[in-house]
Amino acid sequence: MSEYLKPLPKPTAISRPFWDAAKRHELMLQRCGACHKFIYYPRPQCPHCMSDRLAWERCSGAGKLYSFTVVRRAASRAFADAPYVLAIVELAEGPRMTTNIEAPPEQLRVDMPVIVFFDDVTPERTLVKFKPA
Amino acid sequence: MSLKNKAAAIGIGELKPLKEPGEDTTALGLMAEVAAEAIADAGLEKKDVDGFLVGMPFNDPGMLYPASAAEVLGLTPRMLNIVDIGGASPAGMVWRAAAAIDAGLCDVVLCVAADLNASGDQRPPVISVQREFESPYGNIGANCGYAMIARRHMFEFGTTPEQMAKVAVDQRANALKNPLALFNQKPLTIEEVLSSRMIVDPLHIFEIVSPVSGAEALIVAAPDIAKRAKHPPVWLLGAGECCDHSSITYAPSLTHSPVKASAMTAFKMAGLERKDMNLVCPYDCYTITVIVTLEDAGFCKKGQGGPFVMEHDLTYAGDFPCNTHGGQLSFGQAGLAGGMSHVTEAIRQLMGRGETRQVKNAARAFVQGNGGIMSEQVSLVLERRS
Repeated sequence: MSEYLKPLPKPTAISRPFWDAAKRHELMLQRCGACHKFIYYPRPQCPHCMSDRLAWERCSGAGKLYSFTVVRRAASRAFADAPYVLAIVELAEGPRMTTNIEAPPEQLRVDMPVIVFFDDVTPERTLVKFKPA
Repeated sequence: MSLKNKAAAIGIGELKPLKEPGEDTTALGLMAEVAAEAIADAGLEKKDVDGFLVGMPFNDPGMLYPASAAEVLGLTPRMLNIVDIGGASPAGMVWRAAAAIDAGLCDVVLCVAADLNASGDQRPPVISVQREFESPYGNIGANCGYAMIARRHMFEFGTTPEQMAKVAVDQRANALKNPLALFNQKPLTIEEVLSSRMIVDPLHIFEIVSPVSGAEALIVAAPDIAKRAKHPPVWLLGAGECCDHSSITYAPSLTHSPVKASAMTAFKMAGLERKDMNLVCPYDCYTITVIVTLEDAGFCKKGQGGPFVMEHDLTYAGDFPCNTHGGQLSFGQAGLAGGMSHVTEAIRQLMGRGETRQVKNAARAFVQGNGGIMSEQVSLVLERRS
């Protein structure tokens, strides 16, 4: 197996539960105890109401394809294996995520339903990606 | 409080963008050259400059940048700062200069940006959350975000690739009349745009700015100085600014931008309407940027930007003159200086110095600066009045 050369997330004290959950193949998001909105990416406080009463909740992993692009030529040599599908998925719980879609590009349609899957890109790190539901 | 008529642009400097800068070329060297040009164009001397707003080159960044650059230029500013709102920085400099002048801190502000084309993987530094949640998925650089805006705009409003291509085609027609534009040799057709290489679906290479080396500068001055300037002063009538995200993923909408808020503020301050503008210079890092900006600035209804650019002639001689210098798409984008090209072109046209591409009776212009992925927005309404 060849070495993984793409950039990897470096978890912080705030984001570590998200990446640890991904490694367990679970999608966990912060939820605000004051305004009850879900939050992505992980924050030190709620970006909606500034409450610091945040708790982690397991999410469905269901969402829809808000938009996408097929990157034919990437801005970084780390992604020289283009084409790849870069996308914004809107989760059923509300927040949007930057992610990749694993599917032939010609099958993709804006607003189509998608479902999470977990890509164990290295033994230590798992990325949260999606495929058509 | 208002900035209406509190200051005017009285001089500009602009270097022809270079695709391949010489080995001895530096960003600070380009900055010094263009600053001298703008000061001379205003009919002033270096000692008259007492305010300094600068953009940080991606190629040669550093902390405490304004003082370093001022030292290289030999300035003694009584107000100095870096403006760090991406491609909106130059438009943002104009109202900040006017505000500082109106507050009595200085009288003559040099606004300047310069950069060298950084090739390969050299990208501007990104903040930690983007390295953590964007880069691992390949959301690197600006191309991807604008492609996803274009895709969503096509889905929501039926915008077509032909409509987006029309922006690049008309701006190229303008560039043919601009000796300083990088791509000023031959016209472009919609078919050529659509058959050019696809980079980030649905955006083709002719819909994406070309990174170059270059520099731009302008002088904003207090009313008493502006009234005895060499060229007709171009007054700031209105300005507005807004930002609602950094990464486009977390924006409230991919298709409704904070241009709406910045433009509303600027037109309200100016006390003018969209129809009063003789020229518009919307930021154009990509073709879709112009379409979204024209909609959100109120020049057409939301979602109608595609049909609007097809129905109107965007050239200097047309019924809706737009980016008469060729836009960054044909002029070239020298880092932050690319976003100053829209401002200097509006000033040039309003001064009546457009030469073979002069817009007839150009008295008022609207300029939009845009940073990041439709993130930081600055709107300006400018007017020539002797």
